[in-house]
Amino acid sequence: MALIEAEGLEKTYDEDGGAVTQAVRGVTFKINKGEFVAIMGPSGSGKSTLLHILGFLDRQSGGTYRFDGKTIDDYSPVELARVRNRQMGFVFQTFNLLSRASVLENVKLPLLYSDIEESLWNEKTMKAIEAVGLSHRVNHESAKLSGGEKQRVAIARALVLDPQIIFADEPTGNLDSKSGLAVMETIQHLNEKHGHTIILITHETYTAEHAERIIHILDGKIDKDEKVGHRRRSDEFSK
Amino acid sequence: MKTALNGLATHKSRSVLTILGIVIGITSIILVMSLGQGAQDLILGQVQGIGSKVIAIVPGRQPKGPTDFISTFADSLKSKDIDALNKKANVPHLNGIMPVVFGAETAAFGSETYRPTIFGVTGLFSEIYNIYPEKGRIFSDDEVKSYADVVIIGSKVKEELVGNDDILNQKIKIKGRNFRVIGILPKKGQSSFINFDEVAFIPYTTGQQYVFGIKHFNRIVVETDTESAVAQTVEDVKVTLRNSHNIDNPDKDDFFIETQAEAVQMVSTITNVLTLFLAAVAAISLLVGGIGIMNIMLVSVTERTREIGLRKALGATEKDILVQFLLESVILTAVGGAIGIALGASLSFLISIVLSNVLAVNWAFTFPVGAAALGLGVAAFVGLVFGIYPARQASKKSPIEALRYE
Repeated sequence: MALIEAEGLEKTYDEDGGAVTQAVRGVTFKINKGEFVAIMGPSGSGKSTLLHILGFLDRQSGGTYRFDGKTIDDYSPVELARVRNRQMGFVFQTFNLLSRASVLENVKLPLLYSDIEESLWNEKTMKAIEAVGLSHRVNHESAKLSGGEKQRVAIARALVLDPQIIFADEPTGNLDSKSGLAVMETIQHLNEKHGHTIILITHETYTAEHAERIIHILDGKIDKDEKVGHRRRSDEFSK
Repeated sequence: MKTALNGLATHKSRSVLTILGIVIGITSIILVMSLGQGAQDLILGQVQGIGSKVIAIVPGRQPKGPTDFISTFADSLKSKDIDALNKKANVPHLNGIMPVVFGAETAAFGSETYRPTIFGVTGLFSEIYNIYPEKGRIFSDDEVKSYADVVIIGSKVKEELVGNDDILNQKIKIKGRNFRVIGILPKKGQSSFINFDEVAFIPYTTGQQYVFGIKHFNRIVVETDTESAVAQTVEDVKVTLRNSHNIDNPDKDDFFIETQAEAVQMVSTITNVLTLFLAAVAAISLLVGGIGIMNIMLVSVTERTREIGLRKALGATEKDILVQFLLESVILTAVGGAIGIALGASLSFLISIVLSNVLAVNWAFTFPVGAAALGLGVAAFVGLVFGIYPARQASKKSPIEALRYE
C-alpha cells in the first residue's frame, strides 16, 4: 500500500523583486511502506524542496500530496505537528542539534511533544542511542561530538518515536567518507531490520545506490525512476 | 516547564545577561526610589520634629524671593514682646513661650576645645524639641532669671572635651566665663534642623548678656495648648506684635511666623520636585534595563528561530512553542526581579545605615512597593514583548523556513 502519493506536485517561490522560481514542476510518484527510496539530483534540482513537502515541513504550491491516504490539506496544523512527531523522523545535512544540549537531551526532544508517558522517556531515549552505537556518549554536549557522531545523534532522535518513515536530507553531505558510510549502514539497517520507510536525498550516486529505488530529479521534474540493480552495502566500501 | 528550564539552562550566558538587564533595571529603580523616599521622610521628619503645636516667630521681613534678604529688622524681637505675648488676653491659647538666641562659640575644658552651636533658651526647650538630659537636669526658671552660668551639652561636645570621662558638675569655659555642666544630652543626631549632638544649651539671659552681647532674640518660640489652636494663635501673635511694634500695615511687618504646617508645605513642594526628579532617573534606569533585555532577546532571535523550526519539525505545535517562550520569559523576569528587588533593597538598606552614621541623622529605610511593582511590570512587559513576539513570528513560519532562517 502506498504511504506516499504525489500527484503533479509543484512548488514556486516568490523571489525578491517579483521573480518567481519554480523549484518543483509537476512531480508524480508513489512510495510504499517499507521502501527505501533515494531521490537523487544535482544541487538546485528541487530534491530538497520535494523532501520538505513530503515531510510536512513545507507546503506545495500545486498538485496533491496524500500521506497515509489523507491529503495534506485535510490535516490541521496541530495534526500536522502530530504526524511529524509520531510518524516521521528527520535527519538533516546540517544535523540541526541543540548544540549546547547533551546527546540524551537532543534525542529526547521529540518525546517532549508526544503523548508518551514521561516515565518511559529515558528508556526510549537510551534505546535509540544504543541503536546508533552512542551509549558511551549519552551525557556529552553535542557540540563536542565529531560530525559522524552528530549525525548518529540526529538519527537516534529520528528513531526515538519509532516512526513509519525517515526523511534523510543529504545525511552524509557534511561527513568524511568513513563516517558517511557508517551513517549509511545505520540507515540501511533501519530499513531492512526494522522496516522503516526511508526517503534519502543525495547528489552522490554511490550513496543513492544504498537504496532499492532511485528517483532522479532534474530541474524540478522526474528524469528517471528506476530500481537499483546491484544495491551497495556499506560493508563493501569499508572492505 | 522542563523544556523552558532546559532552554534557559542550555543558553546560560544569554539567560544570565537577560537576568542582569532585569536586575540592573529593578535594582536601580528600587535604590533610587527607596533613597528618595528616605530623603523625603528625613526632611519631613526634621520639620515634624519641631512639634505640631509649636510656632516660631522669626525677626525680619519674610523673604519674598531669592534676592530678598532676611537681615532687615534682624533685631526686632525684644523682651517687651515676650511680656506682650504672655498676656492671656493677647494670646489666649499660649501654653509656653521661649526666647531663643544662638551662635557658634568655642567651649574649652582644660586644653581641649570644641566649637558647638550655643543656644540660649529656657527649660522649655526639652519639651519643644523632645530631648531630655541623659545625665543631670534642665535649668530652672530661677537659673534663667538669675543669669546663671549653667550649660547642658550635647553628646559630641562632651566626647570632644573629656572623651569617656565624667564632666557633670565640672566647669567649661565659654567666651571667658565658667559654665557649670548641669546636663548631658543623649545621642540624638539631626532633628528639627539642629544637630543635638553638637550643641550647648544655656539660659537665654546669660546668652544675651555674656555670650552674644545682644538685646534682641533670634527667635521666639510659642507653644499652643492644642494643635487646633495653632492658626488662631498665629493671628493672635501677629496682632500682638504689630501692636507692640506700632505697625499698621501688615506689609511692613518686621517679623514673620513659621509653623510646622507651613514648613511641611514648603518642604513638600521641594520634595515633590525631588521625587519627580528621582522618578525620571528611575524611568531612565528602567529604560536602560529594558533596552538591555530587548537587545539580548533580539540578538538571540536568529538562533532561536532555527531552534523553533527544529522543534516544529520534531512535532511541536505553535502553542507548545509559545508556552515554552512564555515560561522562559516569566522565569527570567521572576528570577531577575527577585534578585533585583533583594539587591536594591539590601543596597538601599546599607546606604541608609551608612548615611545615618555619616550624616548623624535618622535616615529611615523604606521599601518602595510601587517602584518594585512598576519595575517588575516593565521588565515583564519588555521580556514578553521582545521574547514572545519574535517567537510567535517564528512559530508561524513553516518549519523549514524557520530552520533556514539567517
